[in-house]
Amino acid sequence: MKAARAARAAGISRPSDGHPPRSAWGLSGVSVRYGHHLALDGVTLRAVPGQITAVVGGDGAGKTTLLRCAAGALPPSDGRVSVPGIRQIGYLSPSGGIYPDLTVEENLSFRAAAFGLPPAQARARVAEHLDRTGLAAAHARLAGNLSGGMRKKLGVIAALLPGPALLVLDEPTTGVDPVSRADLWWLIAQAAAGGAAVLFSTTYLDEAQRAGQVLVLDAGRPLASGTAAEIVAAMPGVIRPLAARPTGQRPLAWRRAGQWRVWDPAGTPGASPALSPDLQDAVVVAALAREEARP
Amino acid sequence: MKAMIIKEFRQLRRDRRTLAMMIVMPVILLVILGYAASFDVSRIPTVLAGPSARQVAALLRPPFEVVGTVPAAQAQSQLRDGHAAVAIVTGGARPVVLIDGSQLFTARAAEQALATMPARLSVRVLYNPELKTSDIMIPGIAGVILVFIGTVITSLGVVRERQSGTLEQLAVMPLRPRDVFLGKITPYFAVAAVDLAVVLAVGVAVFGVPFRGSPAVFALGALLFVFVTLGIGVLISSVSQNQGQAIQLAIMTLLPQVLLSGLIFPLSSIVAGVRWIAYLLPLTYFNEIARGVMLRAEPLTALWQPFLYLALLGAAVMTLAMLRFRSFLAPSAAAPEPDAGPGTGPDTEPVLAGTGEPS
Repeated sequence: MKAARAARAAGISRPSDGHPPRSAWGLSGVSVRYGHHLALDGVTLRAVPGQITAVVGGDGAGKTTLLRCAAGALPPSDGRVSVPGIRQIGYLSPSGGIYPDLTVEENLSFRAAAFGLPPAQARARVAEHLDRTGLAAAHARLAGNLSGGMRKKLGVIAALLPGPALLVLDEPTTGVDPVSRADLWWLIAQAAAGGAAVLFSTTYLDEAQRAGQVLVLDAGRPLASGTAAEIVAAMPGVIRPLAARPTGQRPLAWRRAGQWRVWDPAGTPGASPALSPDLQDAVVVAALAREEARP
Repeated sequence: MKAMIIKEFRQLRRDRRTLAMMIVMPVILLVILGYAASFDVSRIPTVLAGPSARQVAALLRPPFEVVGTVPAAQAQSQLRDGHAAVAIVTGGARPVVLIDGSQLFTARAAEQALATMPARLSVRVLYNPELKTSDIMIPGIAGVILVFIGTVITSLGVVRERQSGTLEQLAVMPLRPRDVFLGKITPYFAVAAVDLAVVLAVGVAVFGVPFRGSPAVFALGALLFVFVTLGIGVLISSVSQNQGQAIQLAIMTLLPQVLLSGLIFPLSSIVAGVRWIAYLLPLTYFNEIARGVMLRAEPLTALWQPFLYLALLGAAVMTLAMLRFRSFLAPSAAAPEPDAGPGTGPDTEPVLAGTGEPS
């Protein structure tokens, strides 16, 4: 009773155990302030079971704050966050949440015990995940002695261990080599295939393109959202290649793969043919459009 | 080199706690040491017993201060229970002076003062007949070691969790704050208990320190004391951003305990304006209990005051530490506890609404 009162006082409500599972979790009009700094500004996001949702944005865009809210680790200043019960959330925090002075196996045993997994089930899951990610040989190594990629894998495995309904991963592939990234993607895809709602942040737009839903954040505000194809389709104007660096005031141009590209908001017929844009182009255009709209 | 100096100054300016400690600590230490550092005994609480007690009372001069008159049979128990440092029993061929040897400096001052008296007295030093320093220091040193383990090591253990970022992970795991709290301190508690046993065994075996009282009473006192020191450790870690700050703060709690608890300087010799600090320090009470039990075989009934104060300190420190710890684990701390029953369990679906600014 006391705990329930405390929860209500904090603005948290939990329906009974028999409550049917939600069709999605997520954030609705969520804002988060750190002192005077508005880290998130009215963000809405759905995490649908069986689907992977990517949150992309540059440094300081608000990705980590959003994911902390989504995992229930941070209460919003405004808006609502709905999450499953704490036993059904798998969260990879920015630090990985791994104890460097415990071995791989000890880290996973601790996580399994904390989530109340029966020992036999925990052992089976740990063995399976370690095998599939190539960490089995490193099971007795201290986590602090693992490479960055191996540590990330361990963090993701630990988050997956309880078999979560909502899997929240903060930049699981940042600083990870391509082979390890592929392993991590396999794990993430498996979780989604198993019915988990997966929410992850990344700075890699090629990864975001693989997600079912994408939310692009910029300075704490949504810049674009939808499927990658929807975001690309919604891009205003056209993009054209340029032979050289453009001149003039506020050129709406950027360099990509050694070539200059320019955004023509009006889409007027030009000398050069329009390029077929991808998610990266669409995100850059969305950022330029926001810049343009500023007084 | 200039670049290095500028960089260091910039870092130092931002680490205000270190800066404050570098500037304020020497001043505090000087003031405390200046007032506390005294082995001079100006007052020796004395009880009188026997038929000629009144006549002896008239003859006694400072530093002896008569604090009561008791039947002869109770004279020794007055020393044992710490009510007096000297008991003068009259009625025999010559008065017998009993001195509590566990109060080393007071006992020495009493011997010196008695030597100048013209009366023929029979002097007996109890509890520490040879007035050995090790006998009174080792029980206190055991306390210092417990402070070290309890405060310094515990504070580092918890702050390491915060520094490595694993505390945030704990916040979203189905663990109640009190489970995390107790889980964190229990191993340190066990290590402290083993340490205490080893220190005492060495003290008794190597230094010949007597253990005359009840091990159970001693263990109870040590338990309460460790409880307080662990709480202080958690409290320190809760206000420290890193291990360096935790060590600084832990040392700031360790030093006054070593200097003011009566371990080195007799409490009665410390100026009253500073002495009150001693009564806020757990080591003061552990010293009383440890010396009382080990040297004088003091029973629990006579030690109720230090036990009570340790328990009160423990309750206050642990409550504060627990509250601070809960705030670490917010918002899980505000969320229902895992076994709180239907409707509040962890497997249900919470909705977090805007509740103000995150800390």
